[in-house]
Amino acid sequence: MPTRRPPAGADGAGLAPSPDQPSYRDRILTVKLELRGITKRFGSLVANDHIDLVVEDSQVHCLLGENGAGKSTLMNVLYGLYEPSAGEILVDDKPVVFRGPSDAMAAGIGMVHQHFMLVPVFTVAENVALGAESTKAAGFLDLDTTRARIREISKRYGFDVDPDALVEDLPVGVQQRVEIIKALVRNAKVLILDEPTAVLTPQETDELLDIIAELKASGTSIIFISHKLREVKAVADVITVIRRGKVVGDAPPSAAPAELASMMVGRPVSLSLDKAAAQPRETTFSVRELTVAAPSGQKLVDGVTFDIAQGEILAVAGVQGNGQTELTEAVLGLHRHATGSVTLDGKELLGRPVKEVLGAGVGFVPEDRTHDGLVGAFTVAENLVLDLYDRAPFARGLGMRPARVAAQAAEKIAEFDIRTPSADVPASTLSGGNQQKVVMARELSRPLRLFIASQPTRGVDVGSIEFLHRRIIAERDHGTPVMIVSTELDEIMELADRIAVLYRGRLMGIVPGGTPRDTLGLMMAGMTAEEAAVHAGAAPGAADAAAAGPGAVAENTDDGGTRRVASSFGADVEPQDGSTGENHD
Amino acid sequence: MTEAQQVPETAQAPLPTGPALPTPEGRGQTLLRRIATGTPMVSLLSVVLAIVIGGILMAVTNPKVATAMGYFLARPSDAITEIFRPYAALVQGSIYNWQGADLAAQLYPLAETLTVSTPLIFAGLGVALAFRAGLFNIGAQGQLIFGALFGAYVGFTWHLPIGLHLLVVILAGIVGGGIWGGIVGFLKARTGAHEVIVTIMFNYVASFLLLFLLTTPAFQRKGSTNPISPFLDQNALFPELLGPQFRLHAGFILAILVTWGVWWIVNRSTVGFEFRAVGANPNAARTAGVNVGRATVLVMALAGALAGLSGIAQVSGTEKYLSAGVAASIGFDAITVALLGRSTPWGTFFAGLLFGAFRAGGVAMQAVTQTPIDIVLVIQSLIVLFIAAPPLVRAVFGLNPRKPKSKATKRSAQSGAAA
Repeated sequence: MPTRRPPAGADGAGLAPSPDQPSYRDRILTVKLELRGITKRFGSLVANDHIDLVVEDSQVHCLLGENGAGKSTLMNVLYGLYEPSAGEILVDDKPVVFRGPSDAMAAGIGMVHQHFMLVPVFTVAENVALGAESTKAAGFLDLDTTRARIREISKRYGFDVDPDALVEDLPVGVQQRVEIIKALVRNAKVLILDEPTAVLTPQETDELLDIIAELKASGTSIIFISHKLREVKAVADVITVIRRGKVVGDAPPSAAPAELASMMVGRPVSLSLDKAAAQPRETTFSVRELTVAAPSGQKLVDGVTFDIAQGEILAVAGVQGNGQTELTEAVLGLHRHATGSVTLDGKELLGRPVKEVLGAGVGFVPEDRTHDGLVGAFTVAENLVLDLYDRAPFARGLGMRPARVAAQAAEKIAEFDIRTPSADVPASTLSGGNQQKVVMARELSRPLRLFIASQPTRGVDVGSIEFLHRRIIAERDHGTPVMIVSTELDEIMELADRIAVLYRGRLMGIVPGGTPRDTLGLMMAGMTAEEAAVHAGAAPGAADAAAAGPGAVAENTDDGGTRRVASSFGADVEPQDGSTGENHD
Repeated sequence: MTEAQQVPETAQAPLPTGPALPTPEGRGQTLLRRIATGTPMVSLLSVVLAIVIGGILMAVTNPKVATAMGYFLARPSDAITEIFRPYAALVQGSIYNWQGADLAAQLYPLAETLTVSTPLIFAGLGVALAFRAGLFNIGAQGQLIFGALFGAYVGFTWHLPIGLHLLVVILAGIVGGGIWGGIVGFLKARTGAHEVIVTIMFNYVASFLLLFLLTTPAFQRKGSTNPISPFLDQNALFPELLGPQFRLHAGFILAILVTWGVWWIVNRSTVGFEFRAVGANPNAARTAGVNVGRATVLVMALAGALAGLSGIAQVSGTEKYLSAGVAASIGFDAITVALLGRSTPWGTFFAGLLFGAFRAGGVAMQAVTQTPIDIVLVIQSLIVLFIAAPPLVRAVFGLNPRKPKSKATKRSAQSGAAA
């Protein structure tokens, strides 16, 4: 039995209304939700071990934990997708049993999954109505009621969602709102958001946090699942930390990030990395006037020119979707419509097949590991040689050498501390962080002439981030030119010796590693380095607004406080009173 | 066989480590992979279940069973005997004939089973190999016909020394089937044409081309009005393994060797690694430097070549000439065989043997007990049906670990009352 201190803010007279006070059941019904001793076993694996959790109404309750800590399992239990092996769920102090999501919905619990459960070819209204269609006489589908409900909810929370838009045409952030609307239409009083920011751009993240505040103000409780410290600190009323299936403890949002991180990981974590200054040597990698055009003629990468020297890290910053993906893919040879020149060690790479580019000594970590980096059905061992399978020592002639592949797997699993039951389980069974380690281990396992890593630590837990960053810096110190692409300013600041900022496919400039966030933020919004430096000096604090782009405004919550959230989840930005979001212009 | 350990179980039942999230790939792809690489236990139980249901069908439709059931209490053995008679005949016709006069007659059914299995194994391997690269090769029928066309032509028009002639015929079959399959791969790689559509259409093209060619002087037997070719040269035939009274030929030995070869390609070669990577995640394969288009063409050509060997087993082994019915339904049965074999080479081999036994034994069953041979088709179809629905099979055999629901039900009733 885990011992557990009472929640800092929940049971006491904290941020939440007193639990003794009966729920006000006037216009908006609220619900008090309690999980008692929830245990979920899968065979011998205990995913949740006697978890107790109380969610008060009108609260944002954050579940913080590493990947694989059991947060999602717990929420799936709460949402009726899994039956708990032991323990009970209480709604308004009455025990309930959810035999499926419909029971949970009926009890006022809604869930937005990390991967949305929407039918892409349906309209918003059709998706919202799906499963709870109202019908007119003669059984005809009545979408008008649904449309009206969507408009009403949209208006109340400022969602800006068109009920007749096709879901597949909507940006990810808006699709997420459709999911939220779906829950709200079904009168959800407790909304579970499972890693909601994982798929969002910084702007969308800001907008989501606004929405969460709005929902909270109207009496909805939110369970917010995340492993990102900064957004949790920004949004939470109460933070519950889960590690290896157990509740480690509760923390107030004012807790120091280092403290939260060590609770999550179970050991002290250093959040900042001490790295030696770069010792750039010869410039061996050059990109000249690289242009990638979409079939429509739109230039995704527009005349980008830069060099990387041996022994330095160039970090490419930018809001997601500004050409970073295409830039790295063009270098690797995945884009047919790339023009310009990419040379490594004096050899032209552009137009060469991928195999040849890899053969020239390029290590490549794609931004989406499950899509491009791993074959989920392959074993860990096979994935560790995914792009080395036909080279010595793993192959001889046409035949592969299983013993060598196994030896490589054993070595890399130990070296990178990949947590896997064995080298022979499918890679898809590993947690996201361990999958990323597999990709990184593979790409760093051979002598490199250039290392390109996109989002090297996306979805990776705090403990592993530190390790992977150290490996990247070790590769740099080994004398390899390194190119990092990241949408997280934190990571950029951590690793970069020089920072290149991409905006709409164009290079806004290359600035030194220590450049202030303000300046970077302005460049990410489309200013050149010079303009940004001038503006950043003039208006400190504007950078985050710029990084978030137009539309990011400070939100005034009705509890009177003004709160801003750094869109990049950059440094430890505590909510600052008076820092109203000035837009640069 | 050690196959089960060596082949990674790609898509088993969802592992209990995470929430049930949708896979990034499409549903169809997921289903295809689940069917193609299900667990061996499900395959085995599917066969058992299909045989049981087939038995019930035969019992219900058999008037003798009904009669015997009339005095079931008096002499239950009669009814039971009647129920089991068709299957006894099936075994007798496919494995061992205990009523045979001498050893040759007793073993004749087994030899017949192996003979009938041989083309099924080749074609099944062709389907299975394509499966592993994520391609649904419905075109084994057409590829088989092309292999047979090429092989037979070389077999009856050329006259080469013993040994060499057979080798050339085999190569011709490989080339014929390989071309017919390779075109599909090429179209897929270049234009994205879906292989299912293309192979289905190619089956028609091949069938009617065969019908047409058998009426032309180049292919039609001299002096015959039937659409059949001349007999192949004696040198172009597979040697008989057990003497002239059996049809079993060396093609079966070749099938064993080729099965091993396909196993090596899939599990031990670099191209096999590419095939499997392309089949499981083409994006990751491309990023890892695999030329996906080339792999697609290559795997379809190889699949076609294997089906082409099936055609050679027919013309050079069993039939000894080319006829319009050379392919029978082998190309389609091959899909079932590959499914039952979970797309692994040795699994396909044994599935081929099983289907060969059904086919050989079905004839005997019809002759002895007047049970229509169509029942064999029903059983085969049931097998596929069950393989496609593993939860059903597990439920039938009580393999689904179900916790007692009583407590939960009671509690929900309580909460319902309280609410």
